[in-house]
Amino acid sequence: MIPELGQFALILALLLSVAQCVLPILGAQLCNRALIATARPAVAGQAVFVALAFGILTYAFVTQDFSVSYVAQNSNSLLPWYYRFTAVWGAHEGSMLLWVMVLNLWTVAVATFSRRLPDDFIARVLGVLGFVSVGFLLFMVLVSNPFLRELPMPGDGNDLNPVLQDPGMIVHPPMLYMGFVGFSVAFAFALAALLGGELDVRWVRWARPWTNVAWGFLTLGIALGSWWAYYELGWGGWWFWDPVENSSFMPWLVGTALIHSQAVTEKRGSFRAWTLLLAIFAFSLSLLGTFLVRSGVLTSVHSFASDPKRGLFILTFLAIVVGGSLLIYALRAPKVAGGEPFAAVSRETALLVNNLMFTVAAAMVLLGTLYPMIGDAFDLGRISVGPPYFGFMFVLLMVPVVLLIPFGPFLTWSRGDLKASAKRLAPALYPIPFALAAAYLLLPEGTSSGKAYAGVAASLWVGIGIALYALARWRNAARGRRYTPEMLGMICAHFGVAVFLAGVLIVEATSVEKDVRLAPTQSVAIGALSFRFDGVTQAQGPNFVAQQGTISVLKDNAVVATLNPQKRQYPRNQQIQTESAIDPGLFRDIYVALGEKVGDDGAWAVRVYVKPFVRWIWLGALFMMLGGFIAAFDRRFRAIAGIRDSGLEIRKSSDDRTTPALPNPESPIPTPGHPA
Amino acid sequence: MNTRLLPLAGFALVLALLGFGIWWSQYHDPREVPSPLIGKAAPAFSLPTLEDPERHVTNLDLAGEPYLLNVFASWCFACREEHAILMNEGKQLGIKLVGFNYKDAPADAKRWLAQFGNPYDLIIADLPGDVAIDFGVTGAPESFLVDAQGIVRYKYISPITPAVIAAQLLPRIAQMKKGSQ
Repeated sequence: MIPELGQFALILALLLSVAQCVLPILGAQLCNRALIATARPAVAGQAVFVALAFGILTYAFVTQDFSVSYVAQNSNSLLPWYYRFTAVWGAHEGSMLLWVMVLNLWTVAVATFSRRLPDDFIARVLGVLGFVSVGFLLFMVLVSNPFLRELPMPGDGNDLNPVLQDPGMIVHPPMLYMGFVGFSVAFAFALAALLGGELDVRWVRWARPWTNVAWGFLTLGIALGSWWAYYELGWGGWWFWDPVENSSFMPWLVGTALIHSQAVTEKRGSFRAWTLLLAIFAFSLSLLGTFLVRSGVLTSVHSFASDPKRGLFILTFLAIVVGGSLLIYALRAPKVAGGEPFAAVSRETALLVNNLMFTVAAAMVLLGTLYPMIGDAFDLGRISVGPPYFGFMFVLLMVPVVLLIPFGPFLTWSRGDLKASAKRLAPALYPIPFALAAAYLLLPEGTSSGKAYAGVAASLWVGIGIALYALARWRNAARGRRYTPEMLGMICAHFGVAVFLAGVLIVEATSVEKDVRLAPTQSVAIGALSFRFDGVTQAQGPNFVAQQGTISVLKDNAVVATLNPQKRQYPRNQQIQTESAIDPGLFRDIYVALGEKVGDDGAWAVRVYVKPFVRWIWLGALFMMLGGFIAAFDRRFRAIAGIRDSGLEIRKSSDDRTTPALPNPESPIPTPGHPA
Repeated sequence: MNTRLLPLAGFALVLALLGFGIWWSQYHDPREVPSPLIGKAAPAFSLPTLEDPERHVTNLDLAGEPYLLNVFASWCFACREEHAILMNEGKQLGIKLVGFNYKDAPADAKRWLAQFGNPYDLIIADLPGDVAIDFGVTGAPESFLVDAQGIVRYKYISPITPAVIAAQLLPRIAQMKKGSQ
């Protein structure tokens, strides 16, 4: 009975989402206050029923109701209680429910924190969010019902995919979806502006904090996914250019372009059409990612269930949402480029390069991801382009970005002085030769690749460049207005880029990986470290049995770490899962995984890796995320959102009005540039 | 033309490609991985039979007539699903069905076959999994269709279904038989 209530809740939520979509938009177009006023109650109602459905599915997992087909497929009587919660989003149907749940969280947040915005504008925003919700709820009700019963009820469930039985999986999908789905808010703001014809720059100011927070969550989600793949898949890789990863990375790339372009539009009025387009693209790529993962048109190491009917539904929905919004854009986008003029050397130009590079990078990833399909279409065979293509192209596109990052803050708006900026940045170059020499001495032997040195140099260039900017603000600005949260966020995120660069390039260049056959008491050496294999014993987990190896890591005959990698077997679905063991450290990870048993003398194939600086990859991502969050809390966004318009009167603002940006309350100082 | 329509046009292209992808995946199985062995001779091997570890079978013993080599193991859950189909429809193929017992304890395999039935004409056992590496086996179940000349004609990963038998295996077997006459 209770699962059926869940389904009723979904149907009621669907009806309310239709109301949330149709009534407020209609009200805004007709200037009908009664209809506009339906927006918030509809949002609240829908959120309640979606939360109810989500709670009921969780309840079915916790109480192990195997008559629910989805529970039976993704749970098992032996599954530990904490994984019963995460199993809710362990497969297709529940993931979609989580998607809608997260969308509702965002919608409720927008409805709550936007009371100061014009009513008709926010009615359109909530209406657009309602439309997105209609699509996903309809999808669940028609082709992807998580509450479907299985009769007769199976005696026990099929167990959750062992790869997903991991603490990383508890937080990774919700964070990723917070980011993915969060771009729907920027999208809804852009569409509301287009629908209402309010194409001045105010919508951008209102949308900026939302976009920054969504971007922060997406950064965190991707970093968690990468970290999870690193320790759970047993190969020590942190990024595979896999279709599933790419589908979360594309929105991130466009989102990065978007947060920079929004800053320009909001402050200078330039790039208006471009910002609208990027807001549409960022969310479209989130939808496309959902399509790619869920339709099964591409296969992936993450291999999820696929079903053509579902694929067709999402494709149709994608066509309506993206096609529709691009059509509205084509009809209503500003015809005249607005904003302040800017010279070839200016902060605008630097940000334009950033936008160009990130958008092209996203297009490059999209092309590579869809390449197998293009191969089929033109009968070239099902070819996948792998890391060689992505790695090469991506590095090529990011080199100019890395070179430009420190210049960005030093260049002023409108007309920058390249020479003066270069002079200010010169100190960032001085320590690089010394650092390279130090790296030559410190990095493990066999570092022949220039990658590591490029990493050290790039990281210092960006890191010190940003530090110099922070220092210049400290010296030149008055106390109390040295750093706005927006600027702090920028500094923090760019500093994260420096940390990330060091991590990626050093780990790529200097990782040592050995695949060896080890009999008990035999050792293998990597650099100064010696790995002694102490044999394999049986271990018993709550719902698995494991072969557990013991490997002692020694340095100068002293034990540095004792690692216990496992080879787990989950009896219910007979899956084997490699569980690596890691001794983490800020400057190096020691990573050990068990391969297969080879031979009768107790020998095993063992993978031993030493990965210098690998933590810096995720540490950098955390700084970037933090930067996104800090920037979102700039008082300026709230203060200006506070201009209370009487709502309906502002609709008339014409398309090509060249509204100058509202004055920046943090009074600009002449050099070295005012807030980014 | 209005340049503002360009993004829409670009999206239409992507959409057409995705639509094609859905259409394509309905007629093809993305799991059907092209094996480099296809069109080439099956790797040489000499393996004991499951029933009698003293008796070895080589690829030369199997030559002269087409056969389907089916990789299975008692530890493989998906194989059980496939097993029922092989029991019901295996005879329908009209060729020798060779079981390739993969990394399995002989006692477990025998118990498994006793419980679910034995659809195979012959079972060879690869306990260390060395021959499986030569065949490029990625997991169980997998199947290789080998013709009378010992050439691998087709490979299928994941459980064989009645649809695979009807659409993939039977037409190829018919062609092989026609070719050999």
